[in-house]
Amino acid sequence: MALLEIKNVTRRFGDFAAVDNVSLSIEAGEFFTLLGPSGCGKTTILRMIAGFYLPDSGQILLDGKDLADTPPEKRPVRTVFQSYALFPHMTVAQNIAFPLKMARCAPQDIQKRTRETLEQVRLADKAEHYPNELSGGQQQRVALGRALVSHPRLLLLDEPLAALDAKLREEMQLELISLQREVGVTFVFVTHAQDEALALSHRIAVMNRGRVEQVDEPSKLYGFPQSRFVADFIGHINMMDAQVIEAAHGHTRLAIPGLGEITAPPVAGVTAGGLASGAKGAFAIRPEQVRIGIHGEAAELKNHFPGEVRNLLYRGDVTVYKVHLANGLMVEALLPNSAPGRAEIFEVGDTVSIGWRHDAGVFLHA
Amino acid sequence: MRKEAGRRGMGLWVAALAVYAFLYLPLLIVVIYSFNDSRLNAEWVGFTWHWYDVLLHDEDMLAAAGNSLLIALTSSLMTTILGTMAGIAMHRYRLKALTFMVMTPVAMPEILLGVSLLLFFIQILNLTLGMVSIILAHITFSIGFVAIVVRTSLAGMDESIFEAARDCGASPWRTFRHITFPLILPSVVAGGLMAFTLSIDDFVITFFTAGVGVSTLPLRIYSMIKIAVTPEVNAVSTLLMLLTLALIVLASRIAPSVLRFKT
Repeated sequence: MALLEIKNVTRRFGDFAAVDNVSLSIEAGEFFTLLGPSGCGKTTILRMIAGFYLPDSGQILLDGKDLADTPPEKRPVRTVFQSYALFPHMTVAQNIAFPLKMARCAPQDIQKRTRETLEQVRLADKAEHYPNELSGGQQQRVALGRALVSHPRLLLLDEPLAALDAKLREEMQLELISLQREVGVTFVFVTHAQDEALALSHRIAVMNRGRVEQVDEPSKLYGFPQSRFVADFIGHINMMDAQVIEAAHGHTRLAIPGLGEITAPPVAGVTAGGLASGAKGAFAIRPEQVRIGIHGEAAELKNHFPGEVRNLLYRGDVTVYKVHLANGLMVEALLPNSAPGRAEIFEVGDTVSIGWRHDAGVFLHA
Repeated sequence: MRKEAGRRGMGLWVAALAVYAFLYLPLLIVVIYSFNDSRLNAEWVGFTWHWYDVLLHDEDMLAAAGNSLLIALTSSLMTTILGTMAGIAMHRYRLKALTFMVMTPVAMPEILLGVSLLLFFIQILNLTLGMVSIILAHITFSIGFVAIVVRTSLAGMDESIFEAARDCGASPWRTFRHITFPLILPSVVAGGLMAFTLSIDDFVITFFTAGVGVSTLPLRIYSMIKIAVTPEVNAVSTLLMLLTLALIVLASRIAPSVLRFKT
């Protein structure tokens, strides 16, 4: 049985369904992320798990027990708030000890566990400081310590890294991963930053307009998005309208208007003959899967087309080429600059050949 | 250009000085003449503590001062409790009607409040005018001041702090006791001090609700100057001024935002 079970939960604000019939199940020990643009309902779900909102319909079960009648203070769930929400009139140690004090633990027990937690979040030397004397990263660690000190079943994190600068954010990401591994507490993490979600999570639920679009491991989500929204929201992707010519067991043949026929991998979940020919959708392929070569080369690839370089972005580690195809499509191709001493190979205006393997990309059934 | 700006600056300084002189010279004169060794407030004769001595032996005056202190203490204590509750409610429920009801007595002309309270006490409550009616009246007009100071301090706080407390296992009551109350305490104290100063120097509303038996310091001063402004009045005014000033300074030290709401 899953640790947390969200069953057909809907929550409205007036006429607006912030969360629309969402079902999720989260396993014990998992680092689970709710990812989506602002207003997609991810924070609303988090607040329902914490108990600050109640679902209008549906159930939230923790260890199989419905939480509907349990107020926030009685749930074995802790939240790390976006603003950290530290108590400004208490020292770091007092902040961290607060949940233990509320649980009426014995004083020596409180002292011992507070000290352990201070060590764990590397703030032992700041125990007697007040929150306003700490840096953003340190405040963040106090919030984490306070949330973890009483060993909750579930830790909810509401965009906890949003307020940190890029470098510190990366440090905290690594720290979060090792902390989660160390304490073994289930994390439910909310973010709108797809790179953060990919880097941290065991599984990600991509949300859009109150609904869950796809739940998968990061690599599956990135490699095999199941909808235009997911494909577009996670990373960069080239998207072109496509029509099914033939969907067979081993491969799919697609027609791209104005370009011709391509071969694509089989569509997930579709058995032979399951997808009618003529079905419309989109073919999506990542820029790093698109090869770019001198015109006439790349012919060994099954899917290859001539094009013209219209734009290039030198990014240091990679160069991004925007290639204009015969049918007016712009395709993005990514070329790593890993060979030493080699800068841009192609110039704007060069005629090139682009192509991709027959097993790259996905067909998204519209 | 520079000279022009300088001259304009000069003009502003003069205007400001004139305004401050107009505001504070009368007060200064009251203070100075409380030390004047003469029965008349006409010319400076010499320095004396005499009028303070007279004051200390004026039974009526001491009784009035005692009443004033008792009224101010009781009413400001009650006001602090009720006003804090009102301020929290105004912040939490954000009902326009609630804010309107709490704040109206603050904006209401005192004379109107005085008359309506008088009618209410006598005709509806059938209350004999005296200490109780004065205290009730003072609570009525000062709740709004405490409420708005408390609400302002709550409005400046991160709402998620209170959610975090619940999240950490604190019931609503313990959230109030451990988080909300310590955080608003400076504003509560400052609001209470304000209520105290409002009470101790109130004249109009007290005048209407005091009845015949009880006198307060402002009422006593008023009845004395009906005859003549004696230096004794100067002396008691000086003391009252000092007390009020000290309390306001104290209140603004505790919660800097408090002065913004002093009328």
